[in-house]
Amino acid sequence: MLNAKIPAGQLDDKWVDYKGHCKLVNPANKRKMEVIVVGTGLAGASAAASLGEMGYKVKAFCFQDSPRRAHSIAAQGGINAAKNYQNDGDSVFRLFYDTIKGGDYRAREANVHRLAEVSTNIIDQCVAQGVPFAREYGGLLSNRSFGGTQVQRTFYAAGQTGQQLLIGAYQALERQVALGNVQMFARHEMLDVVKVDGAAKGIIARNLVTGELERHFGYAVLLCTGGYGNVFYLSTNAMGSNVTAAWKAHKQGAYFANPCFTQIHPTCIPVSGDHQSKLTLMSESLRNDGRIWVPKAKGDTRKPNDIPEEERDYYLERRYPAFGNLVPRDVASRAAKERCDAGYGVGTSKQAVYLDYAAAIERYGKTEVSKKGLGNVSHDEIIALGKEVVKEKYGNLFDMYAKITGENPYEVPMRIYPAVHYTMGGLWVDYELQTTVPGLYALGEANFSDHGANRLGASALMQGLADGYFVIPYTLGNNLADEIYNAPIPTTHPAFEAAEKAVADRINTLKNINGKQSVESFHKRLGKIIWDKCGMARNAEGLKQAIAEVQALKKEFWSDVRIPGEINEFNPELDKANRVADFIELGELMCVDALNREESCGGHFREEYQTPDGEALRDDEKFMYVAAWEAKADHEWQLHKEELKYDVIKPSQRNYK
Amino acid sequence: MSHKELNLKLKVWRQKNANTSGAFKTYELNGISEEMSFLEMLDVLNEKLITEGGEPVAFDHDCREGICGMCSLYIDGKPHGPWQANTTCQLHMRAFKDGDTITIEPWRANSFPIVKDLTVDRSAFDRIIQAGGYVSVNTGNAVDGNSLPIEKEKADEAFASAMCIGCGACVAACKNSSAMLFLSAKVSHLALLPQGAPERKSRVLNMVAQMDKEGFGSCTNTGACEAACPKEISIANIARLNKEYLGASLTSE
Repeated sequence: MLNAKIPAGQLDDKWVDYKGHCKLVNPANKRKMEVIVVGTGLAGASAAASLGEMGYKVKAFCFQDSPRRAHSIAAQGGINAAKNYQNDGDSVFRLFYDTIKGGDYRAREANVHRLAEVSTNIIDQCVAQGVPFAREYGGLLSNRSFGGTQVQRTFYAAGQTGQQLLIGAYQALERQVALGNVQMFARHEMLDVVKVDGAAKGIIARNLVTGELERHFGYAVLLCTGGYGNVFYLSTNAMGSNVTAAWKAHKQGAYFANPCFTQIHPTCIPVSGDHQSKLTLMSESLRNDGRIWVPKAKGDTRKPNDIPEEERDYYLERRYPAFGNLVPRDVASRAAKERCDAGYGVGTSKQAVYLDYAAAIERYGKTEVSKKGLGNVSHDEIIALGKEVVKEKYGNLFDMYAKITGENPYEVPMRIYPAVHYTMGGLWVDYELQTTVPGLYALGEANFSDHGANRLGASALMQGLADGYFVIPYTLGNNLADEIYNAPIPTTHPAFEAAEKAVADRINTLKNINGKQSVESFHKRLGKIIWDKCGMARNAEGLKQAIAEVQALKKEFWSDVRIPGEINEFNPELDKANRVADFIELGELMCVDALNREESCGGHFREEYQTPDGEALRDDEKFMYVAAWEAKADHEWQLHKEELKYDVIKPSQRNYK
Repeated sequence: MSHKELNLKLKVWRQKNANTSGAFKTYELNGISEEMSFLEMLDVLNEKLITEGGEPVAFDHDCREGICGMCSLYIDGKPHGPWQANTTCQLHMRAFKDGDTITIEPWRANSFPIVKDLTVDRSAFDRIIQAGGYVSVNTGNAVDGNSLPIEKEKADEAFASAMCIGCGACVAACKNSSAMLFLSAKVSHLALLPQGAPERKSRVLNMVAQMDKEGFGSCTNTGACEAACPKEISIANIARLNKEYLGASLTSE
């Protein structure tokens, strides 16, 4: 049984008590202690900046050309915080409760409560850095509601909240670089963790410009490397987002928790053809005003505007009258898949549903008419006025849709389909964010801890910054306080030598395969297997097939992949090969985990476990645990369980009818 | 919905690394769907080159949704190609016609040395930010977010400047390779907000000094930067920068 090291005491005292009693490192000692931070998204940049400010000697790594590019930058909607500025009854407890419930009771209470507690500090910190959040005319911060919650707790900067928060953290990081507290290694990729006497003491990184391998020592290694959604090939992740750092850690003894918990976001632009390289998210906020439908007749090929009202099936409104188009992400995604699988899908691929703004445009138009006291105006004028309102609210999203599809969403309903967006699973960490390898930590999306089986909107940014700004500065010190007696380990140590050699050997092996198929072609095939069999719906038979298929793919990859160019030069194909090799192994573990979890919860839907009307059927009796997998050998894992205890919240069936 | 397919000729800049000289190479690419993004078209080219035993074209890209600022490319003489207010990753092949010849080059600026093919080194931008593009506030220093009201108009204006994605199109578009639009966007973002006030003077002086040190050219107000900017960062930021710089130079010792 895994020990999460959750402090004793009442839920709302735990973090306060922890902070009051954790060990500290004195400033003179901090200056001597090197810490490695891998990844510079919200979690990594905020951690590196904060630790630098505290006096640690930080080495930060990112594979992009600048730390400012990390994929946190693409988050659109906003960041939650229990400020209760709107006086609508929000509180730390309510944010905590919503997050646990939204996660379908598969997250750890103590971590989530701490997240809700520090959420308010995050907003203050970001405002102080000059993050230009949206404001009201009185000059105070503006909020909106998000993802079907009943309070307005989401802070935002137009549709670019992630960008603005990341730029804030990036600037704090660059300030520490200028002060000499952080050394930045851009275009570097971590290719292994170096362990000495069982604890993480450094990394092997590859300089992606020269191809050289480098050894870096650190008293601790923080992985802030994001999620693994790109295992599906097509996702809303950036092209470079990868699992490699987390997977290397896993191979070195860090348990991987709940890998099958992936979030499929309901409103993305559908796939247009085999050439597709990534999918683009359309903010969830579009469901606030848009109506989702498919034709009532199977295989209807008429243009959407030619299909009369009574021949349309507004299936979310039909199935979930209480929440309608605003059901949570997992429910909305599954419902779209159900309709398309049943033959009602639209567009060329038939893998899409309509998101229609006609009704909203008319409604807003009528409101404008009455607001402006225009009296008797024609239908066309009403529509024109309505379009103006919609443009103001959603203009940038509509423009993006038009650019990608070449269609005008003001005239024709948008086509949308679910796409992989976020991974709730990740490296198992205890309350201190430490993995099962001492000295090795995981922050942000890279860990598993806060979102259970389904993440709520506007909570990813909150968690990344909570971990980096407000959690790790305390928990790291608590563990490093004992390290001050240990001298730094020189990188000539045999452990570094062996680790570097293993990395070099693997790269040589890959390069020397000299096969016929490109890395990309393997990645696409992997993605298809995982999407078809471990995607929005899974069943035992399919998962068993997927495991066999992924194993076969791995064999084929290691005997027929072709990597052009040289090892010791800038070689993006080689970088990609390293990542895809790891994705293949992770893909297998995802299926193993999904097969083990014989229940449906959150983003994990096992077809065998559903209610008569097709809703997810949880099994708290048997599966109220975190599944943490230990790598044993090739294709072999051992399951460790962390029981989830709900002391404060009483788990119930989620019902959106 | 049927989609047209394009047959294209690509003139692509190939250069092994920073120490070698480069040259254009021409490739023919057939059957490109007009639904593809420009970078997906390059993916197809690379897949073809790899299967034929050649070397793929190296180009920077990451989010492919127009926000990370990693993609670049000088396409037919325009940074990020023919569409206005757009990044290369969001450019779609609908913008081109069957039979077109498309010329693809890297950003050309002395301060952005070529890494390989179409990939350049933009770390000079990071060093400009290091010179002062931040508010000196440590984690934990902050007061309540609502303790300091900020006029909505000011906040919106600051946001408009803060939208810069640091791609470098402004430098590539400028005949002098000036980084003034990039720099001015950051100076404006922080000068417009009360949080940026305490360091307002030192920030602008230090950042301009760093820009000069990096070898970027000077601004001659042609407006090419603004026209090329995928985020429509206004040239008015440069006017504000000049004002800030002048004010800081005159009043600081």
